[in-house]
Amino acid sequence: MGKAASKNMAGRLLGWMDERLPVTEFWNKHLAEYYAPKNFNFWYFFGSLALLMLVNQILTGIWLAMHYKPDANQAFGLIEYIMRDVPWGWLIRYLHTTGASMFFVVVYLHMFRAFLYGSYKKPRELVWIIGMLIYVALMAEAFLGYVLPWGNMSYWGAKVITSLFGVIPGYGEQIVEWVRGDYLISDATLNRFFALHVVLIPFVLVFLVILHLAALHQVGSNNPDGVDIKKLKDENDKPLDGIPFHPYYTVKDIFGVGFFLIIFMGIILLKPDLGGLFLEHDNYVPANPMVTPEHIKPVWYFTPFYAMLRAIPDPLWGAVVMFSAIIVLFFLPWIDVSPVRSIRYRKWPYKVALAIFTISFVGLGYLGLQSGSALQKLMAQIFTVLYFGYFVFLYFYSRYEAKHHYYKPIPERVTH
Amino acid sequence: MNRFILIAALALASFAAQASSGGETLEPANTNIRSKASLINGAKYFMAYCAGCHSLQYQRYNRMAKDLGLTEDELKKYLIFTGAKPTDTIQTAMTPEQGEKFFGKAPPDLTVIAKARGVDWLYSYLLGFYADPERPIGWNNQVFPNASMPHVLWRLEGIKVAEFETHTDDHGIETRTLAHFKKVREGVMDEEEYRRTVRDIVNFLDYTGEPAQLIRMRLAPWVLLFLVVFTFLAYLLKREYFKDVH
Repeated sequence: MGKAASKNMAGRLLGWMDERLPVTEFWNKHLAEYYAPKNFNFWYFFGSLALLMLVNQILTGIWLAMHYKPDANQAFGLIEYIMRDVPWGWLIRYLHTTGASMFFVVVYLHMFRAFLYGSYKKPRELVWIIGMLIYVALMAEAFLGYVLPWGNMSYWGAKVITSLFGVIPGYGEQIVEWVRGDYLISDATLNRFFALHVVLIPFVLVFLVILHLAALHQVGSNNPDGVDIKKLKDENDKPLDGIPFHPYYTVKDIFGVGFFLIIFMGIILLKPDLGGLFLEHDNYVPANPMVTPEHIKPVWYFTPFYAMLRAIPDPLWGAVVMFSAIIVLFFLPWIDVSPVRSIRYRKWPYKVALAIFTISFVGLGYLGLQSGSALQKLMAQIFTVLYFGYFVFLYFYSRYEAKHHYYKPIPERVTH
Repeated sequence: MNRFILIAALALASFAAQASSGGETLEPANTNIRSKASLINGAKYFMAYCAGCHSLQYQRYNRMAKDLGLTEDELKKYLIFTGAKPTDTIQTAMTPEQGEKFFGKAPPDLTVIAKARGVDWLYSYLLGFYADPERPIGWNNQVFPNASMPHVLWRLEGIKVAEFETHTDDHGIETRTLAHFKKVREGVMDEEEYRRTVRDIVNFLDYTGEPAQLIRMRLAPWVLLFLVVFTFLAYLLKREYFKDVH
């Protein structure tokens, strides 16, 4: 007996498994023999971090659901029960609430990476579209979850967001009632939101994430140079500029996870509500249909769109603009038809446009948190125009780039 | 590339600035959650002056005793004035109906009030009471005008009245603002002692808002130290692997 024998045992078990289930094939296809470009930089940490946050949300969510009941009379008190009487309940809850915000932080950075390096372009259109569906599902999940503590901001936030369906001409009122399950936000609403939050949307999210990865591994990862590493291969048919995802990127991502956890745990342990940004002050007041919070606003990750909604005087058009801001992103692969993927080889107009777009989005996020003075409203209108302006610009500019080869020389192989 | 990191950093900074700005002119409470003496003193005054009307319905007596470093005997002797058991949560004898009858509005539960209002607001609020014969209850408040709560700590602080200034703006509209307070009756405490007592009560409410903050702040340095060491080792491992990547 000894090492060799036990290894032999494990090998035989694996062989037995492989005949019945493609274990080794799966491992090789997606990790050990999945060749990723060797020049991934800082921006390439956020995909694996988003996956980490998804797992965190699911696990902490299961434990929260063990102690929570979607009952309008009990929900607020049960959160305090979890925070006080459940052993380590406070940690589980903060992992979930801070986790939700950090999930959006990494997803926004992950999406921004696609803007920088043109990762949404051919042949990765489906990777992008599935990713956008994940983003939409994530927004639904976050909104539904925000209602569950049944604080006053949960209540009024739910009221404002469900009212959006009311702008639909003709059937608005009926649809609002159908979504709420009642004439107003009530116990019935809380019950159905809980069901959607813990069953339907998590299923959809996990399913979409699997598709996102399957589509990515079908076409291969992009990289900061935007060059195709599959073009140049060595004698063993391996990409010259590729390295196996495992062990190289698994090890590198462990470093990324460590770095991320320092920030994540730092927030949880030192400032879990982040001064009202991650957990809002008004949500420590129980839901009260008779008292409106002084200033109704969504959590920070929705505020760019909320600012657009408020910037448009007409509610119907406000809702149309807000939803268009998300829908337009789905069409990005066909708006930007430039053959150049990476910002590194595009000329200054693109860089300026992306910078303005980024400032507009962040600016809208900031304005969405404010009370909305006349000046702020004007600024939100300007930023909204600039946000959409980016896509209009890109539509024409990328066609100009393609036609006149207006870009810097693109290298054959990856640089750094 | 650096430009984008800079933009991201600026965005975060503006978020942080937004998060920390409160608006009104509140006095900083400068509470210290780590001071057991302050928390115990705050608990004592809360039980004597506040708990008659305000419950702390999510706070258990024995959890409070444990966190404040008191024995069960001390808890029963100094902090439980009702027939409550140490395992009970802190309830008030007054029903919401009675509260509504007495004050026009039932006194709210205060367990998480520090989370909802912030310590500075509570501190300024408790310092902001003045006698106002125009109010049904005889008191008014600078921070929360026309509040239905009377100044329960008046024996400690004494009685203040407000003196107002009238401004007329360019459009001829008169506004009356509270200029300053004038003390008309001394309390049993001097100004400094009273402020310290209020600070302790607010500190205690900050504690009840989240008892777990004592644990998490104690854990924070160790967790973060572990993660820094872990991340450093992970970095070394990553560097070792990437030596063969050219």
